[in-house]
Amino acid sequence: MTAAQTPAAVELRGLTKHFGAVAANDGVNLCVEPGTIHGIIGENGAGKSTAMKMVYGMFRPDAGQILIHGQPRVWNSPSDAIAAGIGMVHQHFMLAAPYSAIDNIVLADEPRRFGIVIDRRKARRRLEQLSQQYGLAVEWSRPVEDLPVGVQQRIEILKLLYRDAHILILDEPTAVLTPQETNALFANLRKLSDQGKTIILITHKLREVMGFTQRITVMRNGKVTGQVETASTSPAELATLMVGRKVTLDIHVPTAQPREAPAIEVHGLSLAGAQAGSRHKLTDVSFTVRRGEIVGVAGVEGNGQSELIEAILHPADPRCRTAGVVKILGRDVAAWHGSKTRDLGVGFIPEDRQHQGLLVERSLRENFLLGRQRECQFSRAGFLRHRRIAATATRALEQFDVRPRDLWRRARDLSGGNQQKLVIAREFQFEPSALIAAQPTRGVDVGAIEFIHTQIVRARDRGAGLLLISSELDEILTLSDRILVMYEGRIVAEFRRGAVSERELGLKMGGS
Amino acid sequence: MRKVLQPVLAVILGLAVGLVATWVAIWLATRMSGESSTGENPWDLLQILARGAFGTRYDFGMTLFYTTPLILTGLAVALPFQAGMFNIGAEGQLTMGALAAAAAGAVWPNVPWPLAPILAAAAAFAGGMAWGAIPGWLRARRGSHEVINTIMLNFIAAGLASYVTLYILKNPDTQNPETRPVGAGYLIHQFALFQGAPLSTALPMALAIAALMSLLLWRTVLGYDIRVVGQSEPAARAAGIDPGRIRIIAMSLAGGLAGLVGVGEVLGNAGRFRLGFSPDFGFIGIAVALLGRNRPLGVVAAALLFGALHKGAGDLDLETDHVTRDLSQILQALVLLSVCADGLWAWMNKRGAR
Repeated sequence: MTAAQTPAAVELRGLTKHFGAVAANDGVNLCVEPGTIHGIIGENGAGKSTAMKMVYGMFRPDAGQILIHGQPRVWNSPSDAIAAGIGMVHQHFMLAAPYSAIDNIVLADEPRRFGIVIDRRKARRRLEQLSQQYGLAVEWSRPVEDLPVGVQQRIEILKLLYRDAHILILDEPTAVLTPQETNALFANLRKLSDQGKTIILITHKLREVMGFTQRITVMRNGKVTGQVETASTSPAELATLMVGRKVTLDIHVPTAQPREAPAIEVHGLSLAGAQAGSRHKLTDVSFTVRRGEIVGVAGVEGNGQSELIEAILHPADPRCRTAGVVKILGRDVAAWHGSKTRDLGVGFIPEDRQHQGLLVERSLRENFLLGRQRECQFSRAGFLRHRRIAATATRALEQFDVRPRDLWRRARDLSGGNQQKLVIAREFQFEPSALIAAQPTRGVDVGAIEFIHTQIVRARDRGAGLLLISSELDEILTLSDRILVMYEGRIVAEFRRGAVSERELGLKMGGS
Repeated sequence: MRKVLQPVLAVILGLAVGLVATWVAIWLATRMSGESSTGENPWDLLQILARGAFGTRYDFGMTLFYTTPLILTGLAVALPFQAGMFNIGAEGQLTMGALAAAAAGAVWPNVPWPLAPILAAAAAFAGGMAWGAIPGWLRARRGSHEVINTIMLNFIAAGLASYVTLYILKNPDTQNPETRPVGAGYLIHQFALFQGAPLSTALPMALAIAALMSLLLWRTVLGYDIRVVGQSEPAARAAGIDPGRIRIIAMSLAGGLAGLVGVGEVLGNAGRFRLGFSPDFGFIGIAVALLGRNRPLGVVAAALLFGALHKGAGDLDLETDHVTRDLSQILQALVLLSVCADGLWAWMNKRGAR
């Protein structure tokens, strides 16, 4: 058959969407063949999610057409798109945690008896058949919150299949998965596509599109910059299309010269759960970060990393009922409030820059001051020294290449990469002696990742002790002089640089 | 520019709708009772309103007299708002402040002039501050919501004020529910310019406080911390700010500001605490802060508007046959509604953009 006889599963013609003055999508043309896995790759803010949310009916396009199997369609809401067989798995799962898998899947489309009672038996028969057909095994009646993340994702996919979706859109599906879970996911996706489902994969990870897709669409600044066959492209070509210039994918990290002086010491740190009798969030965690070295903490998110940061930065907070010793730059901080720790010269890059790292509604100038307002160069006798602040902030924005360089712009107006660069500028500019960096390149484009990694290594070589917490294995492996693996609140393994393979690390992260 | 224009337009719209609604109400009332129309059209009503508020020096003085407490209560709502809290307790805080000022003046009547008002003002501030600190502390350290607690404390303040007024500091010379008068040294200057309107040095004090608040919020580390907490508690924690501490400070200061209403009332007007002296200044303060966008300068402007409405609406009651106090309250409420509708407008814009 020729292409004219089998219309594309999804075709976008000149799709345009504005948010205020910003064109999130500007004349996007896209063609997804039925029964294929199609990758959409691009930096944060390139417009991938926006385009797909229009396909899914969450946004309405300003201009352009959406064709499903050759028919132009207009959605009023996602329910129209669902009825037409389109399903989407969001980056953050939409599951009701205390409910069982069955209840989550049938939610809003329950088979009923007598019009009011949910017919779970009927639902189960249908689901078991689906699960067998596509090889997606799930424990049906356990609460979803007790299931591993990979299984939760399987439930999300089953949710779509249950509603007879034949076009599946997955938005950054691997962000929270271990390498093994990622492989399992892609094996399942391949099975689905073999059985005729069309799969659209939104991601910013080059390796995923290279390994698992048939065709790739690259987006930048709301436009499509390339549509290529996976077999005939290379990661370097994709990166160039994404960023618009050549980028080095590997940065050179010279050997560390750690000093004797410790930056962060943790001995026997334990943290009880929120409720009495609940599982410990941290159990007997001990490690030392010396000045001049980078210690990476690898692990799937939610295995105690956030709690570890909290316990180091806010040991006196009643919400962190800890046991153990935390020393920063040689001083016991157990009874300290966060402000004292920060004033000691500790930098912090929080994992969630939108909520913890920045005041998105405030100006770059106020954001630059965040956490540093008590430094004597920025305030005297409780009064802010606005001129000094502006001068230093201007210099920092230049030095760390934050764009646009407008101190009065709101942080919200910056792209994800530039927001993160702003945080980096603030935390690195005062040359901290100890620094905790959590997911420093999350949701950041390839160009900015390169820049941030260079800065981290430079800070190390200046003599800072860095604790790097990341769920990106590449990042951990590239930057860390030593690697700790966290699993269920414990340090389960430690490796020197170069002494561990990605596979081995992945297995440890998964608890085996 | 839009930030200023929108509230102004909202006020104009609210006034127009209010006046037309009032006129329709009058028209219906006259039709039903079979009277002939008295010719009170919206334009006349607006003129009476404006004349009532600004017509003579006395009228203007009264407007400013009402403006003074509204500046303070407006600030008392705006400051916690900057720290991410909603203070509904200004009414209770001002009651406690006024009661404390009057108590100081009644218990130590012989304190000489320059010292006495300072003492009473400090008492007023402390009284209000206590009433603000309690919900602040409860929110910061016990996590119970300030909206509930400030509302409850309003009732407690009202009960406490009645008890003290009627049983402890009762003025033996009158049947009115009021405390003994304060000593002569406590009374502060009333401006003669306003032909007997009880406008006192409390107004310049309120204006100075608004200026100081502006300075605090945008020029000091504390003000910066307050605004960071109001914007994002996780960001504040990450930056080494203790959000609880900031919340207690903000609520305490706010309570103190509301308490200072007692200066104008006790030292500048009545010379004693009178039960029920406040026509809900504390609650109108919420509207003032809302209209003034929680900025000190905006609060001053909004307080003047509500002061004028309060004075002018009172005159509508007196000067017309059919507009009663209730109708003038409806008028004020409509202005407030259209100010709130501003938020609705933003929301509709956002939906339209999707």
